[in-house]
Amino acid sequence: MTDSIQRRSGPLFAAPALLGLVVFVAVPFALAVVLAFTNLRLGSPLPTEFVGAEQFRRIFAEPAFVRALLNNTLFALVVVPLQTLLALALALLLHQRLKGRAFFRTLFFAPVVFPLSLVAVVWVLIYAPGPEGMMNGFLRAVTFGAWIPRDFLRDPVLALPAIMLTSIWQGAGFQMVILLAGLQGIPGELYEAAAMDGAGRWGQFQHVTLPQLRNTLSFTVLVTSILAFRLFDQVQIMTRGGPRNATTTVMFEAVQASFGRQQVAKGAAMTVVLFLVVLAITGVQRWVARQGREVG
Amino acid sequence: MGRLLSYGGLALAASLFLAPIAFMIVGSLKPDERVLLDAGSMAAFVPEGASLQNYRDVLARVPFARYLLNSALISSMIVAGGLAVNSLAGYAFSRIRWRGRDPLFALVPAIMVIPLEAIAVPLFYQVTLFGWRDTYVVQILPFVANAFSIYLFYTFFLGLPRELEEAARMDGAGALRTFLWVVVPNSRPVFTTAAILTFLTQWGAFLWPLMVTSAERVRPLPLAVSTFYSLPPLQWGDIFAFGVMMVAPILGVFLVFQRWFVRGVVTTGIKG
Repeated sequence: MTDSIQRRSGPLFAAPALLGLVVFVAVPFALAVVLAFTNLRLGSPLPTEFVGAEQFRRIFAEPAFVRALLNNTLFALVVVPLQTLLALALALLLHQRLKGRAFFRTLFFAPVVFPLSLVAVVWVLIYAPGPEGMMNGFLRAVTFGAWIPRDFLRDPVLALPAIMLTSIWQGAGFQMVILLAGLQGIPGELYEAAAMDGAGRWGQFQHVTLPQLRNTLSFTVLVTSILAFRLFDQVQIMTRGGPRNATTTVMFEAVQASFGRQQVAKGAAMTVVLFLVVLAITGVQRWVARQGREVG
Repeated sequence: MGRLLSYGGLALAASLFLAPIAFMIVGSLKPDERVLLDAGSMAAFVPEGASLQNYRDVLARVPFARYLLNSALISSMIVAGGLAVNSLAGYAFSRIRWRGRDPLFALVPAIMVIPLEAIAVPLFYQVTLFGWRDTYVVQILPFVANAFSIYLFYTFFLGLPRELEEAARMDGAGALRTFLWVVVPNSRPVFTTAAILTFLTQWGAFLWPLMVTSAERVRPLPLAVSTFYSLPPLQWGDIFAFGVMMVAPILGVFLVFQRWFVRGVVTTGIKG
């Protein structure tokens, strides 16, 4: 009897969520792939037809899109290691019996509850040009007056690093909490055993903490890398992709194409590229995780 | 010595993390023109001539309460709906045997890989077709079912001891009753973690509302702050006051829930 009830309740329980995933993820995703191979452009007199990989050829011939991909990659290459190291350092500092631990943890986590759009707006003023800007004032103070004020967000070299710093400030706390949880999950006996074997603090870190934290680290690296390729909010608010495409991203270009210029098919092709990048990152992470399991 | 170094490191990091927040809070209390003038020096952190004028200005210039209500409504509906449907699905996939379960479950990790950004364009046309532009529904419904949440519940339920459910079933409880009365009360960490993760992503949603709303009456806070910022005259005191009002309630909630969140991350599969 129980079995027949189970057979009926299984699909019933899963149905609402599955329906949602199909209607709001699977169908639009299939649509994105199909659209990417057409020439659909709203308001165009041409009939919509399949054009093969034409859109992909076109976007990769567009300097703005290539620059966007490059910017996302650069963003990931800089932000992922820096933010991970910072988060790891903070987590290790907080994983000691220190007074005021909860206070510091709350403080580092606080930016995470700031919506990115608010963060972007606040940091626009932090990066204000001229000596009255906060970042300029700070850099002048720490260089004992040697820093010459710059207009960060309109500077082709500094604009992208400025957005990177903003993102690290907002995102590090989340990574820290996850890593802190990972640290708390490491059994104390492992440290005791390592200490018995004569391992110092660095040795314990190398031989116990890092290997035990491997999965947690690879998870946070995965999440941060994917976020790096989804970058949009900060760019839209702080720089609108400028100056001269110095901060444009794949998503910013896709929104510009789809909504600014009504080139729906081209926008879809760009998002398909974004998906392929995310898929590749996830694949690499799973592969690394599997290697770790086989070794460990 | 080591302790002193630790405190030194923490204090340095804390002041860098705190600076933008303090800048915003102090700036929200100052006359607009002082905010920019003081930004380049320590004066940025001194609330000279503090008043609540900026807060009054914001409330007079834009329907702030409306945005707040919109944001609260949208995120809480997504969280509540999401907890219900995703936990049920996670349970069905982990603890109930039924035909078609395994092939369907294989889709979940696959869907997890598709970011909203990758489907935003066609989804936009789809919801336009449904006639959903400028509504709450369009900001809620697409995000209720969530592959990542399903996976989170799935892993957690797998680790739950079976004895509890068996006892309930012996007493003649059906699957739904067993789930609601036995499984849910024993799964608080995973519900908390799923709720907080969902809330964090949805509370800050910007791209999607930017695409599908043009009417003020349904717009959420993250979008409102960016339009407020581009609304002349550019008054930094007002913008900061807007920011403080927008973040304060959430920060309050977090002070209460963060302990649970950390515990939840430890006991659910998140850390890998």
